[in-house]
Amino acid sequence: MAMPGRLNLFGRSRHIEREIEEFLDGVSEAGLIFQRAVRTYLSEGPSQDFRDDLDEVSRLETRGDQIRRRVEAELYEHTLIPDLRADVLRLLEDTDWLLGIFQANCYHFVIERPDIPKEFHRDFIELTETVVTCVDSLVMAARAFFRNIGAVRDHNHKVIFYETEADMISTRLKTAIFGSDLPLERKIHLRYFVERIDDSANAAEDVADELAIYTIKRSL
Amino acid sequence: MDIAVLLFLTSGLFLGWSLGANDAANVFGTAVGSGVVRFRTAALITGVFVILGAVISGSGTTQTLGDLGSVNALPGAFTAAAAAGFTVYWMTRAGVPVSTTQAIVGAIIGWNLFSQSVTDTRVLFKIVGTWMICPVLAGLIAAALLHLLAVFLKTRSIHLLRLDAYTRLALIVVGAFGAYSLGANNIANVVGVFVPVSPFTDFRIGGFFNFTSVQQLFLLGGLAIAIGVFTYSKKVMLTVGAEILPLSPLAAWVAVLAHSIVLFVFASQGLEHLLAQAGLPTIPLVPVSSSQAVVGAVVGIGLLKRGRTIQWPLLAHIGAGWVATPIAAAAICFLSLFVLQNVFDQRVYRPVSYELTPRVMARLEAEGFPIEGIANLKGREFESARSIAGSLSERIPLTPEMRSQALTYAEVFHTSFFPIRLASMAPEELSPQQLAALRQLSGRSYRHKWQVADALAQRAPEWRLRPDTTVNKLHNRRIQRQLEFVYRTFGVGG
Repeated sequence: MAMPGRLNLFGRSRHIEREIEEFLDGVSEAGLIFQRAVRTYLSEGPSQDFRDDLDEVSRLETRGDQIRRRVEAELYEHTLIPDLRADVLRLLEDTDWLLGIFQANCYHFVIERPDIPKEFHRDFIELTETVVTCVDSLVMAARAFFRNIGAVRDHNHKVIFYETEADMISTRLKTAIFGSDLPLERKIHLRYFVERIDDSANAAEDVADELAIYTIKRSL
Repeated sequence: MDIAVLLFLTSGLFLGWSLGANDAANVFGTAVGSGVVRFRTAALITGVFVILGAVISGSGTTQTLGDLGSVNALPGAFTAAAAAGFTVYWMTRAGVPVSTTQAIVGAIIGWNLFSQSVTDTRVLFKIVGTWMICPVLAGLIAAALLHLLAVFLKTRSIHLLRLDAYTRLALIVVGAFGAYSLGANNIANVVGVFVPVSPFTDFRIGGFFNFTSVQQLFLLGGLAIAIGVFTYSKKVMLTVGAEILPLSPLAAWVAVLAHSIVLFVFASQGLEHLLAQAGLPTIPLVPVSSSQAVVGAVVGIGLLKRGRTIQWPLLAHIGAGWVATPIAAAAICFLSLFVLQNVFDQRVYRPVSYELTPRVMARLEAEGFPIEGIANLKGREFESARSIAGSLSERIPLTPEMRSQALTYAEVFHTSFFPIRLASMAPEELSPQQLAALRQLSGRSYRHKWQVADALAQRAPEWRLRPDTTVNKLHNRRIQRQLEFVYRTFGVGG
């Protein structure tokens, strides 16, 4: 949605609010599609359905970039939220980066086509779900930062909880992989994918830590 | 108008310009410095509302300064304002925090000393006490407002962007209020000393609005402040916004609102009227320092937000200004008056003489004055307030109230009610009954002001002062203002 020519103060604010909501919706949606894509890959490999999910995540990522740039330009052009502008833009950029990780992971599945043995499927799915829930909690924390700063702490707490969960699952999964009879190169290849998926949760936690600081600054 | 008159007004206009250049930043500094409000918008709002505040509500604080010392010659008023302006300039350069308020009070005391007038210590203590209360009150109000705002925002889920839009609007509204309060409270500093010698005359606009000479003076002062805002305040606003007040726009809004409330409270005759009607004690109408009110508000916010301890060095710095500024201004004013009188041959004050005539003695006795102790002064004339106050205090213990009473009754002020002048005048601010009573004085002459007041009170109840209570304060003030008009119109000599 392009920015209309001239808007009054409140019209402009409402417009940017909608843009930010749309951006966060995109991050949340990309996580759910990534989750579905991993399940599809595990059951069908890089099928057309998987590629459709990849295209959808890519579309959301491109859209996220566009919205972020528009919001950035609007905030600076009209000197909106001067005291918190830098924090808001950093938050959007960091959250956009999570979108990028989902997209990159999908591409890695298509390019590298890891052969994941069935015995690890459950853990891969569980890891992906936990990571996506972690990112989703971060999205909720970001929404709360804009509307209800009292709730940021609660959501941030969930981000940290799910990140720890994801770490535990990835450690368990990597231990199982390296304890299996698979050749070393396959073990290393699988470990790489476990770590890439887990990276989203780690990145979400980093963003949550920064968000906690922004929240302190935002409080009166 | 004589060009010399305009020349004498320039020192007051300079004071106004410097007030506009410096103090507008207290109202819009953070908003402009942080880019929330554009400078041109801020300057326009400040200019318009400062003038409105000065013209509509500026008389309350001016009267207090008048009570401290009534500068009764235009060159004297020029010198007092110039001394205050120079003190502010000089001490600012020396890095001492100063306010125009403190400088002008010092300058008036300097004039009192030079003209051998007596400074009313009750008024002086009232003014100094208010200076001390002002930042504390601003801090308390700011802390309370911030707390209320935090509670309000907790109950409402307002989006950050929406809140930003509301804050912008609120900063503009409160900026207008702040500018109005600044004009109302601080115009006395700018042209207050010129009020007793105002070169303007009352006139009517459109047949319904009486534009008094004092309001014309306030308009001129307000314009000088507005010019100061437009020409020089941008630099100060950017400094204040970036360095001195590192507040969020919302906290800045609280600080400006607290500052504006304090300035308004100490300037509003309307509020005084409401409190008086409710039988509550009234708040003194005293010009206070806008900068110190803002500093007080910021300290209050800091204490509430971060539990910071009070910054004693900062307070000591402000306190030093309270003492150093009036002393410096008084000294500069005294020396300048000496030079103006003796080198440039200007009359910097109109001598006021006092006389303890039998009538004055009788009147003092009727008021409960211990007359027996000063019986040997009966019939004596005194060339200044200081000499009569000195003679009285040598004989009886003299409280500030008694001294004020004695000066009021003993002051010699000749009035003659010429029939021609009486017939031609139709003052708008007098009621028909008051005017009728005034006309009954045709052909009479009086030696003291109080005799005129008594004569008028005998002829019409509308001229009578009521007992000196809080509820009657406004009525009495109005009568006093009308009596001043009569003295100005029918006074002779001097």
